[in-house]
Amino acid sequence: MKSLPSVDVVIIGGGWSGLLMAKELGARTPLSVVMLERGGKPRTMAELAEGMDELDYYSRTRAQQDCSQETVTIRHSAADNALPIRQLVNFLPGTGIGGSGEHWGAAYPRLQHDMFELRSKTIERYGAKKIPQNSSVQDWGVTWADVEPYYARMEKLLGVCGKAGNIDGKMLEGGDPFEGPRSTDFPMPPGKRAYICDLFEDAAKKLGYHPFPTSSAINTVTFKNSEGIVRPACFYCGYCGFYGCMVGAKAHPSNTLLPIIHKQKTVTIRTGSTVRRILHDTSAKNGKVSGVTYIDATGEEIFQPADLVFLSSWTFNNTRLLLLSGAGDAYDPASGKGTIGRNLTHQVQVSAQGFFARPLNRFMGGGTTGMRMSDFEGDVFDHSSLSFIRGGSMSGLAGGAQPITAFGVVPSSVKRRWGSEWKKASMEYYDRIAGAGFTGEHIAYKTNFMDLDPVYKDRFGDPLIRLTIDWNDNERNMVDFMIPKLMELTKAMGATEVIQPQRVGHYTTTRYQTTHVQGGTIMAGSPDQGVLNPYLQHWQYSNLFVLGASAFPQQGSANPTSTILALTQRTADAVVDRYLKKPGPLV
Amino acid sequence: MRRRQFLVLTGASIGGTIVYSLDRRFSMLSSQEKPKTIRIPLRFLTENEALILTAAVSRIFPNDESGPGAKEAGVTIFIDRQLAGPWGRDAHRYTHGPFAEDAPPEFGYQGKATPREMYRAGLKDLAGFDRLSPEEQDKKLEQIEKTPFFALLHKNTLEGMFSDPVHGGNVDMIGWQLVGFPGPRMSYAEDIDKHFGEAFRPKPMSLAEIMPGRKLHPFEDEDNEKSS
Repeated sequence: MKSLPSVDVVIIGGGWSGLLMAKELGARTPLSVVMLERGGKPRTMAELAEGMDELDYYSRTRAQQDCSQETVTIRHSAADNALPIRQLVNFLPGTGIGGSGEHWGAAYPRLQHDMFELRSKTIERYGAKKIPQNSSVQDWGVTWADVEPYYARMEKLLGVCGKAGNIDGKMLEGGDPFEGPRSTDFPMPPGKRAYICDLFEDAAKKLGYHPFPTSSAINTVTFKNSEGIVRPACFYCGYCGFYGCMVGAKAHPSNTLLPIIHKQKTVTIRTGSTVRRILHDTSAKNGKVSGVTYIDATGEEIFQPADLVFLSSWTFNNTRLLLLSGAGDAYDPASGKGTIGRNLTHQVQVSAQGFFARPLNRFMGGGTTGMRMSDFEGDVFDHSSLSFIRGGSMSGLAGGAQPITAFGVVPSSVKRRWGSEWKKASMEYYDRIAGAGFTGEHIAYKTNFMDLDPVYKDRFGDPLIRLTIDWNDNERNMVDFMIPKLMELTKAMGATEVIQPQRVGHYTTTRYQTTHVQGGTIMAGSPDQGVLNPYLQHWQYSNLFVLGASAFPQQGSANPTSTILALTQRTADAVVDRYLKKPGPLV
Repeated sequence: MRRRQFLVLTGASIGGTIVYSLDRRFSMLSSQEKPKTIRIPLRFLTENEALILTAAVSRIFPNDESGPGAKEAGVTIFIDRQLAGPWGRDAHRYTHGPFAEDAPPEFGYQGKATPREMYRAGLKDLAGFDRLSPEEQDKKLEQIEKTPFFALLHKNTLEGMFSDPVHGGNVDMIGWQLVGFPGPRMSYAEDIDKHFGEAFRPKPMSLAEIMPGRKLHPFEDEDNEKSS
């Protein structure tokens, strides 16, 4: 193994959180920073335009993690044998510089303000018996007041559009009346409105709800961000989520952070570099990590010593690298002891689809064109007489529909899914399908966790990460409660027939859910409850920080990126202002 | 090297429709013309397999009074190229065993066979399919409706109908025209907040048209580009 000269900092993984940390260290410290990224460079603008290709970039997941190199295995319970996800479908993690941020939909909601104290607040309102049996929901070790200033800063960095409903307790018409109090307004107004926005808003108002324009990290006007980078407004081309933005209106790591990093002489990016282990001193109680080993682009194994290591390689590899390296104690579901791997959560997603009398021009739109409502979010509504806790947002979105995926949805009267009758009905209804969607919380359970798979290996012979995950009664009862409301909303939007959405069954890998997978290296107020302290610092190894949604103790219905970035920025401040002056535990 | 195979179509067999060939030139055949033969070079399929496949996708997505179907859109050519490319040999699928052919459906396809192997076996089981009557063909398809091969065939038929013409199907953007999809046009900034409740149908454009002069890199050509 080749050993390289020591550097101050190694960052593992070049997505949103790793690049944000690199930018901060590059701008505010003289430290030498090396970023190791398994994939390649981000696509150029011309390549992103060529990527307006549903077959290659949606059906064949060309921009995503290559399963032939590395994947995950999955099972429903600890009693089952796991099987590999052989082709990505239910979630689509990215690879390369920019990671999933190069193909995200850029929805940018904040979490519910009580989410960070989920366990305490639920018990406070309903008593301890309300926490579902077998659930391991817990507080995060931070509060809304700790995180809010960082949400606000990140909205100015990425460029986020939306309509505020609550600024410092002052309620504003047309925004979300149930959002946590904001210190500042959105940097940009909502985008242009598509037909579906009007249909959803009218329907929601008619039913007594409180719709507001969706917030997203997409420019709605030409925008100069807090670092002076100017990007154009959205063109509503319809190739948004799953695609890269070919005009730069959507915030990507490559158009928001990378231009700054490229000017920093202290930050070096090594692509094609797959980290296999984080090395550490196992003898000391308050130990330190000493660096990482990785396979470089030529296939050579390298030891890179470093004083400080940031692990920011997405939920799966954050957890897997700690387990492979033995950096902490693996979670044992039988005894409840150990922390690495616990509280694996995904996100609940269910939609009603209705058939409309008039065409909708669904090929137009993007991440900014949509309406949302929080009337059934978190603890906004009373759960006293309900058999579940928490909830989620409802929305009517015009995100842009493409025909390989969108063709073939027909009324229930058409029985066969091929042939003339089906073809004719599919064509007739192709542009007349819309409805209300629900994005709900997935609370944590003792039985949903990650560990190393005993059978399946990656291309180097290292075990794959194994997901043990299934839906439980809280999700089933929540969705059963939401389905009639989604159907009512869809009818009120003008649908003549609404397809009954499927109830929650077993967790499935064959349908796209969302790319929001959380947990595994969770943050907590004490070392027996989580791998990380509330500054995302490893409880045992004070020079190791773990960034990303793997730190979330549970999923909070809102898409995770806003919270990933807010917590990463908070860690960057703590590292620069406190840790570097006196290295050691921040708590 | 395998012997070069062609999909040979006669004018009589395809009626007055458009056929797309690999050099991306359209051949328009009118039914008045004398039967004329078109030879399309195949990359993976044999001629016999291509004829069976063409007949099968034509029953899944038929040419009927609602418009042209999979044969006219060049779905056979699309599938042939996909099979010849990296997808056909599972270049990007996790292919380490153990496999579990009988896995519950929530775990997706857990078998060992590559798309190439599934097509080779699936088309063999349909031997003679192209010579059956449409009613007999539908009966045969109903028998295999629940198989992984049919699911793949169905999925690939839609892909061939509706993917960008750079991939060999959706000839002349036939599929997009059927549903009013305009393709990868760059901007609707002037239209997104208009046309409420009315069909807005811009003329479709393909990737080759929105990026004139640029050499495109469809995924199926990845192997050729690596070796060249």
